[in-house]
Amino acid sequence: MRLTCTVNGKVETVDDVWPGESLLYVLRERMGLPGAKNACEQGECGSCSVHLDGILVCACLVAAGQVEGAEIKTVEGLAGAKDLHPVQQAYLDAGAVQCGFCTPGLIVATVDLLEKNADPSDSEIREALAGNLCRCTGYSKILDAVRLAAVRLEGAGVE
Amino acid sequence: MSNSTLPTKQRDHVEAPVLGGLGESVARPDGTLKVTGDFAYSSDLWADGMLWASTLRSPHPHARIKSINIAPALKINGVSAVLTHDDVPGSKLYGLEIVDQPVLAFDTIRFHGEAIAIVAADHPETAKRAAQAIVVEYEILEPVVDADYAISGNAPVIHDGGNITRHVPIIFGPQNLKADVVVKGEYEVGMQDQAPLGPESGLAIPADDGGIDLYLSTQWLHVDRGQLATVLGLPPEKVRLTLAGVGGAFGAREDMSMQAHIALLAMRTGKPVKIVYSREESFFGHVHRHPAKLRYEHGVTKEGKLVYVKANIVLDGGAYASSSPAVCANAACFAVGPYEVESATIDAYVAYTNNPPCGAMRGFGAVQTGFAYESQMDKIAETLGMDPIELRLKNAMVRDSLMPTGQPVDSAAPVAEILEKLRAMPLPPLTATTDGFDVIELPGGASNVTHGEGVRRGIGYAVGIKNIGFSEGFDDYSTAKVRLQIINGEPVVEVHTAAAEVGQGLVTLKGQIARTELGVQRVVVHVSDTQVGSAGSTSASRQSYVTGGAVMTACKAVRDEVLLYAMEKLGHLHPHLLHFRANYKMVNGEIRDGEGQLVSSLADLVKDRVFECTREYRHRPTTPIDPITGQGLPHAQFAFAGHRAVVDVDIETGMVKVIEMASVQDVGKALNPQAVEGQIEGGTAQGLGLAILEEIQVVNGKVKNPSFTDYLIPTVLDMPPVRSIILEYADEHAPYGLRGVGEAPTISSTPAVVSAIRQATGLALTRVPVRPEHITSTL
Repeated sequence: MRLTCTVNGKVETVDDVWPGESLLYVLRERMGLPGAKNACEQGECGSCSVHLDGILVCACLVAAGQVEGAEIKTVEGLAGAKDLHPVQQAYLDAGAVQCGFCTPGLIVATVDLLEKNADPSDSEIREALAGNLCRCTGYSKILDAVRLAAVRLEGAGVE
Repeated sequence: MSNSTLPTKQRDHVEAPVLGGLGESVARPDGTLKVTGDFAYSSDLWADGMLWASTLRSPHPHARIKSINIAPALKINGVSAVLTHDDVPGSKLYGLEIVDQPVLAFDTIRFHGEAIAIVAADHPETAKRAAQAIVVEYEILEPVVDADYAISGNAPVIHDGGNITRHVPIIFGPQNLKADVVVKGEYEVGMQDQAPLGPESGLAIPADDGGIDLYLSTQWLHVDRGQLATVLGLPPEKVRLTLAGVGGAFGAREDMSMQAHIALLAMRTGKPVKIVYSREESFFGHVHRHPAKLRYEHGVTKEGKLVYVKANIVLDGGAYASSSPAVCANAACFAVGPYEVESATIDAYVAYTNNPPCGAMRGFGAVQTGFAYESQMDKIAETLGMDPIELRLKNAMVRDSLMPTGQPVDSAAPVAEILEKLRAMPLPPLTATTDGFDVIELPGGASNVTHGEGVRRGIGYAVGIKNIGFSEGFDDYSTAKVRLQIINGEPVVEVHTAAAEVGQGLVTLKGQIARTELGVQRVVVHVSDTQVGSAGSTSASRQSYVTGGAVMTACKAVRDEVLLYAMEKLGHLHPHLLHFRANYKMVNGEIRDGEGQLVSSLADLVKDRVFECTREYRHRPTTPIDPITGQGLPHAQFAFAGHRAVVDVDIETGMVKVIEMASVQDVGKALNPQAVEGQIEGGTAQGLGLAILEEIQVVNGKVKNPSFTDYLIPTVLDMPPVRSIILEYADEHAPYGLRGVGEAPTISSTPAVVSAIRQATGLALTRVPVRPEHITSTL
């Protein structure tokens, strides 16, 4: 089937999509956007987190056919032309990246959290990121990164 | 000998110069790519006209293959090749230490999930369906699933030569001593999975010269290459490997998984072939941490001094050997823990069974014994009515204490300081359970299963020991090629090794070393591949030490060549260069003499010359251990870490919430403090996982939970804050005084958590992971 949707602000059309394919597969293998990761492909690890019409979803659990005409934002769409998104920069500065396989999903989930709650408590951060598994860091530096991003975003007056 | 007087600890001097890069929390060079999603992991690769591979795996743990019919798979549109053991041109077997594992099964299936056939097709779903269409006729056999039974002499033999893969005895000191108090205990460790988030994956591209190029995730490129060359029947130089982005490893990538399969399919089809395991296949496709039964007897004086330790350890190695022999030796060598004892009698066995194969995982044999000896220390303290920390302090190793192998610990062993520092750290406040509590903070969290009425606080301590580097006389080396040249008027250094970066940060450290040693700002770290000599494995916490050492040595060689050239060109102006070259320094892109006077900028001196040196680095040699007594000098370096765990346990539901983990670890020298903290925090999390969450459930040889739905790794809700103190007692034998960091925190984390649960509940808790029913069923 043919599939048309908007990804990171750009209209994308792909052909020969098998209807059983997931949004994750389409992004990674048909659109050349491998930023969303494939760690479990059953909605447990959050490494494929993307925004679908503004809602945080696991791209592995969305069938390709469901995104016809939809607007999708992936980790590749976060950075500006010159600068990283403050959440991306905070993950680097806090040392929250090791193997990095969980990182794109966590960053998308963090952006989602901070858009809804500019000043989350630790408890709220933990609740918001509970669906994103990380095997390397033990999460301490991920929490640091989220706190740092929240402070910087607030300082910059960005909601 | 340790006693009530604590050993005095001097801060050892690090002789190596520490400039610029080393010692700073330098940012990862791959960090920006990783946060933008542009970093190319092995599952992200793509090639023109590439095919997708899929694997057919056995549903039975033990069976005889009567026939394999691939015709139905070949009939499916889009399928290019279906291969079985008949299509393996070279050796049909591979293995890290013992060559016993079929590339594709023939005759006999020995574990649930063993690979039987592989398919290449134009779409991953087509490949998967084709694999399922293959018809295999099995004669189902009774699996051997109990390691004790496997080595009893009564069980069916799984491999020729018997079911004991290795037996390591250690007989240390006078035997058959008597003691005032005897404490016995039997402990069990479940099968833990490394669960790296990146699935096994790679891309194989057939080359015009009849060879093959592979881009994949692994921990040791050269040992993969050696095994692949044998399997493919190719000379090693025709098998070229390049490390793609690796999504974690923790031991899971030390053995081959998909490597030979995609190589075989690419060579058969003449096309690039990619594979990406699903999470389910990942659980079947790599080895796990050995489950263990550990039977201990400690003899102690009334005052709490250890007199003897007897241990019988049986590790379940599963169907194939993997690194079982080395894991078994580690379990034996570290069976007593970081304690002095006059007499030790240890027998460690690793068995073949029809359970999933087990091999390397972070901690490598020392995790299993760590749980047992620390549980014993708690039990001894309770028996004697002693404080568990005082008991440990009384027996703590110090520098020059002897291991049960007779090997002296000839470097810092700050066990007592670790314990004292853990005890001195402030404790977290009690979780409020009256007005205004947040249910999220209580055991069970958002499930809202308690308002605190059954919640009990517990505090537990544990300390552990682990070797760094390969052991028992293994020629453990790494290779580095370092090149200095001037690009656009600026000195640029390129560092090239075959070492696998799996997330730990070696890629950062290589640059830090080059910057410090050669006094340049711009360092390019070449992708790791087999175009340079072996780096050895990214395991045993060894890469900072051994590859770090190789980069350091190659940099020093480049510096020496540059200074020799300076002598040749500028010797008439700087006669001291002739005799005092060692005093000259390369700093900030310049050469300066011992007094700091400028000799030349590198750009002016080097011009269009290229200085390139390749060097190998070895840690000091180790020796095999005696096969009868276990005596020898098997280890190059020892690492020590300790934990204090604070837990809340709901004794009504059995739910455990870990409130805080505190850690103290000696790292010799923190070459990148932020990365060191990351290793400690991550290792602590994996130890916590083994304590209360993580186990591959194997029932009669069948894996019941191969998914992240049913195999639980800690989430951010499970993992509490980690408070860590880093000690830096330089190891005079190691580059920059460093001590490998990665594994030690995984050893002591597990027993500390269980100790805290014991304190909260009063239960014995002799098995990990501790599950809620272990807490509620015995109350």
